Amino acid sequence: MPLLERLRATARQAAEELKTRLLGRDFEQRVETLKARYIGMGGDPFGFDVTTASNAAMMLAFFHRMYFRTEVFGIENVPSGRVLLVANHSGQVPIDAAIVGSSLFFDANPPRVVRAMVEKWTATLPFVSAFFNRVGQVVGVPENARRLLEMGEVLLAFPEGIRGVSKPFERRYQLEQFGLGFMRLAIETDTPIVPVAVIGAEEQYVSLGNLKWAARLLNLPVFPLIPQVFVPGAQMPLPTKYRIHFGEPMRFKGGPDDDDTVVSEKVWLVRQTISDMLRRGLASRRSVFL
Amino acid sequence: MNLTADAADDRAVVITGICGRLGRRLTRVLHRRVRVIGLDRRAFPDRPSDIEHHEIDIRSKRTKDVFRSGGVRALVHLGVMHNPRDSVEDHHSWNVVAFQHLLEYAEHYRVPKVVLLSSANVYGPRPDNPVFLDEDAPLLGAGPFSEIRDLVGLDMGAQSYLWRYPQTEAVILRPSHILGTVHNAPSNYLRLRVVPTLLGFDPMMQVVHQDDVVSALQAALGHGVRGIFNIGGPPPVSLSRALEMLERTAVGVPHSVARAAVDRLFRWRVTSFPAPELDFIRYVCMVDDARARSVLGYRPQHGILETLRAVDEERWP
Repeated sequence: MPLLERLRATARQAAEELKTRLLGRDFEQRVETLKARYIGMGGDPFGFDVTTASNAAMMLAFFHRMYFRTEVFGIENVPSGRVLLVANHSGQVPIDAAIVGSSLFFDANPPRVVRAMVEKWTATLPFVSAFFNRVGQVVGVPENARRLLEMGEVLLAFPEGIRGVSKPFERRYQLEQFGLGFMRLAIETDTPIVPVAVIGAEEQYVSLGNLKWAARLLNLPVFPLIPQVFVPGAQMPLPTKYRIHFGEPMRFKGGPDDDDTVVSEKVWLVRQTISDMLRRGLASRRSVFL
Repeated sequence: MNLTADAADDRAVVITGICGRLGRRLTRVLHRRVRVIGLDRRAFPDRPSDIEHHEIDIRSKRTKDVFRSGGVRALVHLGVMHNPRDSVEDHHSWNVVAFQHLLEYAEHYRVPKVVLLSSANVYGPRPDNPVFLDEDAPLLGAGPFSEIRDLVGLDMGAQSYLWRYPQTEAVILRPSHILGTVHNAPSNYLRLRVVPTLLGFDPMMQVVHQDDVVSALQAALGHGVRGIFNIGGPPPVSLSRALEMLERTAVGVPHSVARAAVDRLFRWRVTSFPAPELDFIRYVCMVDDARARSVLGYRPQHGILETLRAVDEERWP
């Protein structure tokens, strides 16, 4: 039947086009580049598996390219060796980490794998622990961070921690206090810091505040009050437009065991840089969704 | 003490647990170069003729006589008991008390070198372990299961000996899972045709070939070597990958079910894996052997595939 044949061909072509649009023309090549890198290193001791990770990247591509339509600025600032990406954390659900990860996979040349540190208790969860290992997430202990940087990897840190990700809508794009650990790590391992400003994640879930009593009751770190999750069918994040700005690498000298006051001055510089990048990025943004 | 250089030195190397697979392999490489004395409660009928073997329990007083005659240049302690079927008292009297006595004899009769083959298991598999543990990591292995408390006690005993007697060259080796013809839990586990794993868990595994452990033991006997050394093997692989390489069928079982089942089977004496040791296929426990590489010049000679396949050597020689 010629009509059915033609329909099938059109469908195949459409699927192919969608795939190219989502994954880019050089997806296979990117996967091969990464495979070669990790084979060259004699395998990843943390259990990173390129095949699983590229499958995960395919899923992520939908969010990266279509749902959030991420725009990436200054990715050429990410140096080729070890690097610590320091970003603002926002959005109630840590989607920002995944999108920063997919920008380095899809938009950086050559592609890089972003390694992030996850909570220790995730290692006790079946499936989650195995999946995290395979996509390059690592249990958050200082020795692991040090080893990853010594291996020349890209490490992503959110010095605001849970305070940043769970802040209410009224405090959007205002940075919380930064922890000092990332700076000590960077100084100790002589790693450049690339400040990263993520714009768009703050509006994906509008949180009116934190219900402290509910959090205590359920033994959760926070219990954000997000009206949209009570609307049927609106549990997904709002389709805001993500804009990710990578700043120029910053290098710091000193001793890793310096006094807090000395380290916090350096941390202040990084925080201020991200804050400026956020301000400039917000000023040039026309719309939250476009 | 360089084993090859001073062939004129006829002082002996005393090896406890010589009848184990590892003891026999070490003996095979040592006995032509140095005098070897074996100490084991098992008989050693097929031993090379130049080996003096004492079929005694190391807890007995007669052990002292081996040292009394003098002329012992090194004590290599391989005779660590880890049989989950034996009682806690037995383990304690063997691993902790008898070993303390051995150390006393070594001190009293001025044995210049003491080597203990401990294990990376003393660090314990834990969800918050860094990917590679160094020698300074705390020994938390006995936390979830007290059965291996005496193994930690043994290691600690050797450590305190190491600090107390600086003139003695005490060496503690902590190898990761030793694979080969040896009859230990990891080798037995990988020898299974159908291998139960924990559903949703796939930790990274570090294994080392038995012959690489033998060369590490040899290096530990070298002159001037003292201290604690982790012994790793080829680059680690995930458990699932290891089973793939061995062409085994893996069956994932939820942790709670596996724990209850293994517990039951252990009590019925169907299996000799104690249920708490399931953590070894749940969490990571790998060691950083940088110190052994730089000080002992240790280099694992067997690749990952060869190391894994070594467990089958016994079945299909």
